Amino acid sequence: MRHIISILLENESGALSRVAGLFSARGYNIESLTVAPTEDATLSRMTLVTRGDEAIIEQITKQLNKLVEVVKLLDLSDGPHIEREMMMIKLKAENGQRDEVLRLVEIFRGKVVDVTDTTFVVELTGKSAKLDAFIKAAQEESVVEVVRSGPLGIARGSKGLKL
Amino acid sequence: MELSGAEIVIQCLKEEGVEFIFGYPGGAVLHIYDALFSQQDVQHILVRHEQGATHAADGYARSTGKPGVALVTSGPGATNAVTGIATAYMDSIPMVVLTGQVPSPFIGSDAFQEVDTVGITRPCVKHNFLIKNVHDIAATFRKAFYLATSGRPGPVVIDIPKDVTDPNVKIPFSYPKKIKMRSYNPVAKGHLGQIRRAIELMLNAERPVFYTGGGVVLDDASKQLVDLVRKLGYPITSTLMGLGAYPGSDKQFLGMLGMHGTYEANMAMHETDVLIAIGARFDDRVTGQVASFCPNATIIHVDIDPSSISKNVRVDVPIVGPVKKVLSDMLGVLDESGGEPKSAALKRWWKQIDEWRGADCLKYDRNSKIIKPQFAVETLHRVTKGDAFVASDVGQHQMFAAQFYQFDKPRRWINSGGLGTMGFGLPAGMGIQMAHPQAEVAVVTGEASIQMCIQELATCKQYNLPLKIMLLNNGYMGMVRQWQEFFYDGRYSHSYVDSLPDFVKLAESYGHVGMKIEKPEDLEGAMKEAFGMKDRLVFMDVVIDPAENVYPMIEAGKGHHEMYLSPGSELV
Ligand SMILES: Cc1cc2nc3c(=O)[nH]c(=O)nc-3n(C[C@H](O)[C@H](O)[C@H](O)COP(=O)(O)OP(=O)(O)OC[C@H]3O[C@@H](n4cnc5c(N)ncnc54)[C@H](O)[C@@H]3O)c2cc1C
Ligand SMILES: Cc1ncc(C[n+]2csc(CCOP(=O)(O)OP(=O)(O)O)c2C)c(N)n1
Ligand SMILES: [Mg+2]
Repeated sequence: MRHIISILLENESGALSRVAGLFSARGYNIESLTVAPTEDATLSRMTLVTRGDEAIIEQITKQLNKLVEVVKLLDLSDGPHIEREMMMIKLKAENGQRDEVLRLVEIFRGKVVDVTDTTFVVELTGKSAKLDAFIKAAQEESVVEVVRSGPLGIARGSKGLKL
Repeated sequence: MELSGAEIVIQCLKEEGVEFIFGYPGGAVLHIYDALFSQQDVQHILVRHEQGATHAADGYARSTGKPGVALVTSGPGATNAVTGIATAYMDSIPMVVLTGQVPSPFIGSDAFQEVDTVGITRPCVKHNFLIKNVHDIAATFRKAFYLATSGRPGPVVIDIPKDVTDPNVKIPFSYPKKIKMRSYNPVAKGHLGQIRRAIELMLNAERPVFYTGGGVVLDDASKQLVDLVRKLGYPITSTLMGLGAYPGSDKQFLGMLGMHGTYEANMAMHETDVLIAIGARFDDRVTGQVASFCPNATIIHVDIDPSSISKNVRVDVPIVGPVKKVLSDMLGVLDESGGEPKSAALKRWWKQIDEWRGADCLKYDRNSKIIKPQFAVETLHRVTKGDAFVASDVGQHQMFAAQFYQFDKPRRWINSGGLGTMGFGLPAGMGIQMAHPQAEVAVVTGEASIQMCIQELATCKQYNLPLKIMLLNNGYMGMVRQWQEFFYDGRYSHSYVDSLPDFVKLAESYGHVGMKIEKPEDLEGAMKEAFGMKDRLVFMDVVIDPAENVYPMIEAGKGHHEMYLSPGSELV
């Protein structure tokens, strides 16, 4: 099962390597990991996507909680939640192809954020599957470069993951 | 009070009540050594290898319950300490290890004697710190000691760059009274509802067994354990790490369980209907094959670390909390409930257990003309009246000591269980003897293990530590040889310990007393003589049967009901 886990951790150098080290040392899967400071500069928020059966996920959350720098943790997969990932993709767009690319961007509600004679950089946000679909639709030979953030997640409802 | 970073380090140790610090100097810690020089409160013990420093601090901690402290330099000092740190980590021992680091501006430049100590030790510490500023020293020490000793204990490393201890930079010092860490809150008590459920299950049990471990020792909860187990009249078995928490000579005690546990303990595990696990972590040496572990049991598990619960074996009633508090709450709930164990069923259960006991699984040849290791440990027990601290190395001798020295008190059996570190025994013994100068401290070891930290004999001389070393000399890495005999058709690949030194002369050359003992009839007399030398370290080279094996034995990955009981025996 795929799980998306939100973690609040102390914004200290080393905290990230403790999390990453835990996954490699214990042989857990890590599909993606994003991290950045929150509005409270002493805290970072991490979103981590992993896979495993129930027992493994239970160990992962327990082991994460055991890290001294982990303040709070929530397995978003336990409830309704929203996931978004951002992608910037550089596409070949030469004479004759430019309209077609623009149409695709429109269909996917993307934004062109950089233009040259021969390329566009497109910014796209959405569920990971939507980004996958865009890449597929854009055709392999026209993709110059892709950079993705990995999913971010937040629970639906009025409650927040806070101190 | 204005102090330098180095002086603050010493002051913090004083504030934490540290008596001894086991260490070895080097460039990165010279400022700290200079501050040590001009004070009397913290006594520094100079070891001969940093591994020895960490094991000695560890032995001190295991025998007292207080955190052990070690101090080593950067680079090779720190890497030499890693084995001792990992050893303490695996057995959840409270320890604070101070490592020197190159000056902050040099970090990351491959400077002389630089290693990434925080990175190297990260997977084998409870937590570690790199101090970046002299102003952070006090709070970091406060946190480190708090982390090492609270919750599930463990080693904490503090990495201190040399410039942070600069004697010329003085700042005001005050030690924080309280420390709050928003991200670290160990549980103080178990859930009462779960405790009630557990008691109800326990009272309805027909074939209950207590399975207890190192957590009981770590939490000093022997009294509560004995009260509960006696009150219920249930059988109890212990892991290697829990020995002594419940008196080994008590009739309710079934002996150790697991790979080299007794027949009765393992069979009771296999047949039990309610397993009460307390401060034990279902290690693979204990469970054997998980699929056939306690096949009929409802499992109650008390542990302070949620990640110990349902890690290897799914449990039915998890109770997260400190052993001592949970046990006393259990006693309270039991009293309140007025419930009684099922006496008829319990009687049947004990009858079954007594049958298993009849197999006399620890029997050995008492008429042997060569000294049997079991006999040597029994003799040690007799001569020390069962009251010595016994530090052990790793191998067959460790198992014989565990099986045959009936420990009646906690913190008397000191050994490396989780990591199984050869070389642990002698330095651990030093830490124990430092903490208990009047006590009899025996080091049970093998001729292979002892050579891994033999240099500490010099430390023992310098500080007059009158350890009694009992070397069970079988000329082999016996535990390895045993596996090769059982599982590799007797191909003894590189397990013969060739070119042994003359241990008597070796001991003497370090200024100690050496003895070689070759006949069973000489053993007791020699041992009495050795223990009679109150102020001397005596090294007893006891020549034992090289072919002896440890029984019972459950092959790795087999179930509790599949044991080898004696030489040539079929599985039972
Ligand atoms: C050669 C060799 C052979 C071995 N053979 C055996 C064998 O036959 N049988 C055997 O049992 N072992 C054997 N071992 C040891 C084995 O490897 C493990 O170290 C041991 O079984 C673990 O013991 P434990 O479960 O008591 O855990 P420990 O490592 O002592 O862990 C303690 C547990 O208690 C918890 N705890 C700590 N403090 C508290 C507290 N305050 N409150 C509540 N819980 C707490 C911890 O979270 C942890 O889960 C052998 C080792 C070697 C080297
Ligand atoms: C540092 C280290 N290296 C290797 C091992 C693997 N090992 C376990 S027991 C053992 C042999 C120990 O021999 P000895 O000290 O003579 O004890 P005996 O088994 O003969 O009693 C070895 C090599 C270990 N536990 N620790
Ligand atoms: Mg040997």
